[in-house]
Amino acid sequence: MNGAQDPGFFEMKAPFNLLWLQSAGCGGCSMSLLCSGARDLIGALEAVGIRILWHPSLSEASGAEVTRIFEQCLSGEVALDALCVEGALLRGPRGTGRFHRHAGSGVPMAEWVMKLAGVARHTLAVGSCAAWGGVAAAGENHTDACGLQYEGDQPGGLLGAGWKGRGGLPVINIAGCPCHPDWITETLAALALGAFGAKDLDSLGRPRFFADHLVHHGCTRNEYYEFKASAHKPSDLGCLMENLGCKGTQAHADCNIRLWSGGGSCARGGAPCISCTEPGFEEPGHPFHETPKLAGIPIGLPTDMPKAWFVALAALSKSATPKRVRDNAVADHQVVVPPVKKTGLK
Amino acid sequence: MTRIIVGPFNRVEGDLEVTLEVKEGVVAEAWAGSPLYRGFEQILRGKHPMDALMFAPRICGICSVSQSMAAAAALADAMGLAPAPNGRITRNLAHAVENVADHFTHFYLFFMPDFARAEYAGRAWHARAAERFRAVRGSAAAEVLPSRTAFLGAMGTLVGKWPHSLAIQPGGVARALEASEKIRLFGLLRDFRRHAETALFNDALEAVAALDSAAALARWAAERPRGDFGAFLEIADDLALARLGRGVDRFMSYGNYPQAESQFLPGGVWDGQLQALDAQAIAEDISHAWLDGETRHPARGETRPRDEKAAGYTWCKAPRLAGLPMETGALARQAVAGHPLARDLVAGEGANVRSRVVARLLEIAVILPEMERWAQQLVPGEPFCAQGELPQEGAGVGLVEAARGSLGHWLRIEGGRIANYQIVSPTTWNFSPRDADGTPGPLEQALVGTPAGEGNLAVQHVVRSFDPCMVCTVH
Repeated sequence: MNGAQDPGFFEMKAPFNLLWLQSAGCGGCSMSLLCSGARDLIGALEAVGIRILWHPSLSEASGAEVTRIFEQCLSGEVALDALCVEGALLRGPRGTGRFHRHAGSGVPMAEWVMKLAGVARHTLAVGSCAAWGGVAAAGENHTDACGLQYEGDQPGGLLGAGWKGRGGLPVINIAGCPCHPDWITETLAALALGAFGAKDLDSLGRPRFFADHLVHHGCTRNEYYEFKASAHKPSDLGCLMENLGCKGTQAHADCNIRLWSGGGSCARGGAPCISCTEPGFEEPGHPFHETPKLAGIPIGLPTDMPKAWFVALAALSKSATPKRVRDNAVADHQVVVPPVKKTGLK
Repeated sequence: MTRIIVGPFNRVEGDLEVTLEVKEGVVAEAWAGSPLYRGFEQILRGKHPMDALMFAPRICGICSVSQSMAAAAALADAMGLAPAPNGRITRNLAHAVENVADHFTHFYLFFMPDFARAEYAGRAWHARAAERFRAVRGSAAAEVLPSRTAFLGAMGTLVGKWPHSLAIQPGGVARALEASEKIRLFGLLRDFRRHAETALFNDALEAVAALDSAAALARWAAERPRGDFGAFLEIADDLALARLGRGVDRFMSYGNYPQAESQFLPGGVWDGQLQALDAQAIAEDISHAWLDGETRHPARGETRPRDEKAAGYTWCKAPRLAGLPMETGALARQAVAGHPLARDLVAGEGANVRSRVVARLLEIAVILPEMERWAQQLVPGEPFCAQGELPQEGAGVGLVEAARGSLGHWLRIEGGRIANYQIVSPTTWNFSPRDADGTPGPLEQALVGTPAGEGNLAVQHVVRSFDPCMVCTVH
């Protein structure tokens, strides 16, 4: 492409070969990807040079043809630019990996992933299962599930803490349960265009373009949050943080800026943010629909706010809550609408 | 006799491995293998019962709302709670959006691309099928994905997002729709209807839903300039798909889409006549699964993995109704609910590759107009979520229909915690292994007699005609 030396220009590598494997997950990140708002998802990927070698939900090749594609990548006959792994890696039982054998080859999926990651330029964990272990690692983690390069919040996982792909990057953790379609397509496009480097990852290996936001940003319940006018039961309009388990002020993602499914988000659907982009979200140590509290104060306060300030501000704002906000917070539709001022807005 | 292992099967949801014993080019015996075990039933034990609402949808990214619906129903049953009417309708709409989107996805992205394969070059329809349905590159994919996205865009309004919404609650939904959102929703449904009535059917949904016999379907196919359904029927006739993949021909459905007093699609068992479905007669046999334990009703079921077991060949249990394997899915659901076309197809050539696909598309035509009526029944301003109390000790059952068939959750609560949680999914029924009597599961039976071998795609058609969801199967 033009301007290889000019940082203002992209270096499109075409074809940028993509292989997608489903390990121990639900397929939800693939389903989410297919909800991309692109006019033509596959065309949009091709437009930035991305060629899908194989994807389990989309491709024609089946059975032995698939194993042959894997072998071609391993031998170097086909350059593997991006290995996308969806789902956790299962090491059990007893280190055999037999909780998930790859159909057809009988080889544990974790083994295929390890081999293919060894030849891939970039390896991407698509979703929180592949990134941290996620839901598959919940409870006693009896399948010994882990992420590609993390086990919960501990570096390590299947590939090991110091592992780097041939392109020089650690595993790129497109966390989320599921992840937003744009998180996947925009990360892939940036890689294919040579516009993605180590500085674009946060300290947990997540692309910063979505992980440098909090779910709280853009939340439509922010006025309720400001006044600590809280929901008490499902379908209340109020803030979900104080009572109903919402972690939006702590969770790294842009869910309320970049909306989901035609303009929604968890909080807009009346559901608390369960911080599904964070390692260990699946075992918060409390029921998901309840906010854990100490002496009546939520434990999970905004990460960068001193607790005393939060308590003081909350007390002050609660005492200053307009009736409209207080009443609407515990109703499922606005019972008091914002007044129309006759004097005009100043 | 040669034994071949077929897998991975792509364009099914999750991992599937099928072992075939082939004699003179025809399958003599088949074994369906589910090679992934995650253990949701183990994970859920000891958790707060409401946590099921977080974990259940994550069993499956394609049946996510169905899993939420079953969990919410089981919790509501334990609470003795009836949902608010608005909540019931909103949940039905979310569930129907997912089910219709799944049928649509299955047809265009999972099932039809096989007819574009080079193996069929030379057939009169092949060039057209290749242009339209080729995996990734066909003209349909570029059209279908944005249509599907727009349709699933209703989920943002209904339950916040898809997949994996926590908004589906025992008493309804956690989000009340406003009057303007009711309009938006209706518009989205009408927009998707347009797509279905042009590209898919080339006819009014009501005209397709009114087809009442195999003969009426044949007349319709001959008269209508073809849409994609017509293209399928032409291919199905040429390849005699109606003679491929004959199942056990015993059909079950839990019924779906609860109304105030009944279900829009009533449940039951159909084997030539309609019988009530006795859920107490369900038992899961584990003789060929890599599991320890004994045959039990799911309310008392258990899940203890044991990977070294000589008789085992899958992680999937073998559910049976009164000791018999049952087929579940759109054909079963429509036959049980009394649709005359589904019943006539089943009476004629039974469940087969063609009739399973026809029933799925028929169901799109039946449900979409109904969804438009439901959307209009919403009353903004009235409650969307009834509130209830969970018992410290109790039990609940949630029986729903996912796109691909009957899904049940059985919950027991002790000391305010989940003491047991058992899930029996549609493909657990359809792709179950042999039971203790050696009786094969529905797919295993359907594959017997299927031509197999290099260059023959019949096995692929039979497998995909069930619209399997393997991540649900073992969970």
